[in-house]
Amino acid sequence: MTSAHAPRGVGQLHGTEPFPRAAERALADSQLRENLRHATSTIRARRAHAAAELSDWQQLRAAGAAIKDDVLAHLDTYLVQLEQQVIAHGGTVHWARDAHEANRIITTLAAATGAAEVVKAKSMTTQEIGLNEALSAAGISVVETDLAELIVQLGHDTPSHILVPAIHRNRTEIRDIFLREMPDAGPALTDDPAVLAEAARRHLRRTFLSAQVAISGANFAVAETGTLVLVESEGNGRMCLTLPRVLITVMGIEKTVPTWRDLEVFLQLLPRSSTAERMNPYTSMWTGSVDGQEFHLVLVDNGRSAVLADRKGRTALRCIRCSACLNECPVYERTGGHAYGSVYPGPIGAVITPQLTGVAANPTLPFASTLCGACYDVCPVAIDIPSILVQLRSRVAAGQAHRRRLPAAEAVTMSAMAWTMLGRRRWTWALRALRLVRVLGRGNGQISRLPWPLSAWTASRDLPRPPRRSFRDWWRRR
Amino acid sequence: MRVALFVTCLVDAWVPQVGRAVIQILDRLGVSVDVPLDQSCCGQMHVNTGYPGLAVPLIQRYTRTFGRYDAIVVPSGSCAAAIRHQHADVAASAGDQALGRRATAVAGRTHELTEFLVDVLGVVDVGAYFPHRVTYHPACHSMRVLRLGDRPDRLLRAVHGIDLAELPDAAQCCGFGGTFAVKNAAVSAAMLADKAAAVRSTRAAFCTAADASCLLHIGGGLSRAGTGIQARHIAEILASTR
Repeated sequence: MTSAHAPRGVGQLHGTEPFPRAAERALADSQLRENLRHATSTIRARRAHAAAELSDWQQLRAAGAAIKDDVLAHLDTYLVQLEQQVIAHGGTVHWARDAHEANRIITTLAAATGAAEVVKAKSMTTQEIGLNEALSAAGISVVETDLAELIVQLGHDTPSHILVPAIHRNRTEIRDIFLREMPDAGPALTDDPAVLAEAARRHLRRTFLSAQVAISGANFAVAETGTLVLVESEGNGRMCLTLPRVLITVMGIEKTVPTWRDLEVFLQLLPRSSTAERMNPYTSMWTGSVDGQEFHLVLVDNGRSAVLADRKGRTALRCIRCSACLNECPVYERTGGHAYGSVYPGPIGAVITPQLTGVAANPTLPFASTLCGACYDVCPVAIDIPSILVQLRSRVAAGQAHRRRLPAAEAVTMSAMAWTMLGRRRWTWALRALRLVRVLGRGNGQISRLPWPLSAWTASRDLPRPPRRSFRDWWRRR
Repeated sequence: MRVALFVTCLVDAWVPQVGRAVIQILDRLGVSVDVPLDQSCCGQMHVNTGYPGLAVPLIQRYTRTFGRYDAIVVPSGSCAAAIRHQHADVAASAGDQALGRRATAVAGRTHELTEFLVDVLGVVDVGAYFPHRVTYHPACHSMRVLRLGDRPDRLLRAVHGIDLAELPDAAQCCGFGGTFAVKNAAVSAAMLADKAAAVRSTRAAFCTAADASCLLHIGGGLSRAGTGIQARHIAEILASTR
């Protein structure tokens, strides 16, 4: 299905263990469960309200989907146009096949300035490629300037949410991290959000004023003008974009939009879906380099071209990283983001991550969903996540069948069931044979213990014993 | 109008009382219904677990068995959703365009039970009597794929003697998800625990839905927790009389 020449995604896109096992550990963390439940239920209600305010919300979603589909179908043209515009405005454009190449380019650029420290605005793409680790390895220290990213960085932790990377932490935990890692915070620090924000602000201000190099992501890149767009809430992004004398912006190639006018659609969809705001506090736009500042744009593929080959799967690249699907997902609400292993958690992560890396590298993620469809309903660019998950599941099953000499127990069971269901006599007799199972529930009519793999069911639920007579036997004799 | 019942594999095998209830309701409304015994499964389980190839002959069987009927009634939102939203796609992806076209045609005549009652028969009061406190779980595929909307609610409100209690966080999935309940048993159990707690908070004696599979899951959780609350398919409530 994928082009032989398109590179696979590498970087922070793998967990160390399968989703069900990682999820089990997360489920046992009662503090995490409570933090997530509180945060996601609050933002869910707010998002619903923000979306309902616009009478043309469904039309906006359709427009967002259509614009992105056009971009994905003609990405080759739009990217070249974007490159030409950025160069025409004094910027430099770099193309990175994968995370390794992107990190090499950025590290080289940063090292060439002689700076020992870089400031960063919040960016998912740099998390994806593991840029902080690469810069540290090159002896360049990194300061995350987004409050939540700073909490994650100081806590020697990893993000667990696309928009709210420290969603798994509550304010008491954050105060403890600041007390431990921020020498200038002072022992009088309380867990009042305003006090914590003020401590972070003071901590960051000195860094902003001395930083020589900034690294940012971009929410959108307008091909017709070469304009980059960054949407944020705190103003730290604006500081990064304007203060240092070298600015390096790193973006996934799918962030391109054709024209300036297209922003009208996305600047309505994104804030309402992500922070449930009518408009986000800061929207920064910049085109090429300005006097006194050198500008580099790094375009990252890291598996995206390979995803483009699949008509259904590529709709996942419409994603504008709003994280509405995470907040809405009943699985994410209970496990949090770390269980997904990738920097992209939740429903969108379960369809993007295995596509970027290939399903063999992430075979449990497509199954990390009940297919309840809540994600599809809230997605501002109408990505049919359940359908993509189902398609990826078939890719996982096909891959396993290809690698194994003997078919998996699941494949055998599925084949046997299909075979039984396809013969009228076989099916009728199979249902009669179920009567034998009645013995297991002879006490109260409920079966409380079944052998593996159905023990996974009876570990936490009963199963009524099967009936004496199937429906078809009743129908025939009535 | 030639009407057939696609009772679904789960109801046929495990909860036949749901099928009998549908027959009773339709009998009472004067609709004669046929049950072609060549039916078995819609193939959803195979498709959603990653084996769409195995579902193709089941889709073929469904379209052949039900192709001659004007309306097919299904007492399961999830199976009706698979028939209407997966069959044609799966057939086409397998390269069988002709089957895809036939599947689309039959899917267009396939109705989930509450849709059949409200939209096709135009009935809301089916003459049922059920003097109990009941809470309704909308079930994800009924709600988000079929968009049943208020059809089940209207039918339930017309039941004589019923005391309907609103379910908190009703739109949240119960955690069943087919093989998800086994593959991700711990997450599934966590979701079920919250659903069971929501059901208990209503002080209802019965939890109902338009989907037997979700009810098997919710009922299993309510039973294990010793709540005494029973899971009842909406067809069973609508079939009850004085």
